[in-house]
Amino acid sequence: MKDSLFGKTLNELTALAIEIGLPRFTGKQMAEWLYQKDISSIEEMTNLSKKNRELLSSKYVFGLIGSTKVQESIDGTKKYLFPTANGKYIETAMIPDDDRKTVCVSSQVGCKMGCLFCMTGKQGFQGQLSAGEIVNQIRNIPEWHEVSNIVYMGMGEPFDNLDEVLKSLEILTSDWGFAMSPRRITVSTIGIVPGMITFLNQSEAHLAVSLHTPFDDERQRLMPVQIAYPLAEVIHEIKSWDFGRQRRVSFEYIVFKGLNDSPRHVQELSKILNGIRCRINLIRFHPIPGTPLEATDEITLQKFKDHLNDKGILTTIRASRGQDIYAACGLLSTKEMGG
Amino acid sequence: MAKAEEYRSKLIELTEVILTQNREISPGVHLISWNRMHQFQAGQVVKITLDPAIPSRIYSVCSGSDEPEISVLFNIKKDGVLTPRLSDVIPGMKIWATKPYGSFKDDKSPAWWIATGTGIAPFYSMFCSGISENKTLIHGVRQLSQFYFEDELEWAMGDRYIRCCSQEQSCNVFPGRITTYLQELNELPTHINYYLCGKALMVVEVRDLLISRGVPYENILAEIYF
Repeated sequence: MKDSLFGKTLNELTALAIEIGLPRFTGKQMAEWLYQKDISSIEEMTNLSKKNRELLSSKYVFGLIGSTKVQESIDGTKKYLFPTANGKYIETAMIPDDDRKTVCVSSQVGCKMGCLFCMTGKQGFQGQLSAGEIVNQIRNIPEWHEVSNIVYMGMGEPFDNLDEVLKSLEILTSDWGFAMSPRRITVSTIGIVPGMITFLNQSEAHLAVSLHTPFDDERQRLMPVQIAYPLAEVIHEIKSWDFGRQRRVSFEYIVFKGLNDSPRHVQELSKILNGIRCRINLIRFHPIPGTPLEATDEITLQKFKDHLNDKGILTTIRASRGQDIYAACGLLSTKEMGG
Repeated sequence: MAKAEEYRSKLIELTEVILTQNREISPGVHLISWNRMHQFQAGQVVKITLDPAIPSRIYSVCSGSDEPEISVLFNIKKDGVLTPRLSDVIPGMKIWATKPYGSFKDDKSPAWWIATGTGIAPFYSMFCSGISENKTLIHGVRQLSQFYFEDELEWAMGDRYIRCCSQEQSCNVFPGRITTYLQELNELPTHINYYLCGKALMVVEVRDLLISRGVPYENILAEIYF
């Protein structure tokens, strides 16, 4: 099976060009065709000689992977289903909002983290995505020229697939790649500390951390990762980091009825986040099959937000989008795999 | 961007320890040990690596809290960065380890311990620490050779030690997966705690099954190997 060009960095493309006897500058030419132009085959790389295109085609394929299904919500949100190299499926959401178009990408097939509230976790871990498979979720949707923001909040834990995620970020933010500002990209983690430290060192994209409760005993029942990487360690690392003025850290907080929506939680959140210039995104819970958890009501949600803002923590409620199209991450792909 | 010195200082929690034992207790599964320098509670984990430049991995301690050595059980992952090399380390050589930490801890109240594969480690640590009296231990594996410590556990726990094997059969071993075993039970106690340790899919499936059978999710504590 031929290797894909799509998903390779400039260095990798240059190296492979040299290896098969093409001029060094062919690497840059290939990168521009792969990541900046509307073509989908090596044959269309017309500033490479016909002979060199044939040589390249004998060893490589362009490597774009088309979506097999698209669902569109009444609010304009689209969910794309992409097949993966190992015969599974991943989901990508495109969320329009005024003049913005945000793409939510997956970083793994399934997930190892087993969070109680997550549908993707019910698939178990099915495999890692390559950088090409991650970037393909942006490049291979019809709206790719209009994408304004990218969030790594789809299926999987990005920092459990760190190398490929960092490589995808390099492709997205480099001049030879998509040339996007890292300030338009947010990577979300449940708190894999070593991966988070490496990401903070090697990327300039924003960081989002799934928090969901400030109390250890509650968090470890919602998120088993708490046992290996306690929230205190995650917060300690974030506090020790100089985010500067441009880089942002935010905390994701799904609000569950009677579990994490009390004044006690507001109090503790303000205590543990004290000193961090951050935002809390409150998220409405959309129940998944078999879950013992319930969504909090709108009045409590609003009150919870107001109390956090009163404590000086910038807090917003994330708009729920695409609820009519299996919006919760993992539902569509689980259905497709017969789960 | 943080300074390089600050980044490096984040690694000081790892200290050098000298390996005292490296035993292959089953094909591809090793138990390594070093002298214990810290108090710990059974169920806790350590981070280990061969070199601070290589990201450390987390393993459950697999020895009793009063024993002179700390042990760790691991599978060799053929494409892994750490375990193929770790399996070659011989006693007297140095590795890097943190002190034990974590909150996967049990007390003497009744509970069910459910593990797959090397997920037996925290429960064996609890067993060796003397807190197995009110416990039921269910261990699921693919092959009979993966029932690590079975002689000791069977001797001490008797009928409260349940083995499930999905690919081979033997007397006194349930032929199938843990989830099948649990599904076939008429009743599950709903008032006790359940501790789960193993791969994500087992943990998620067993947790869902327990919840569907009336066990409050607050009674379920899971540790996932990732």
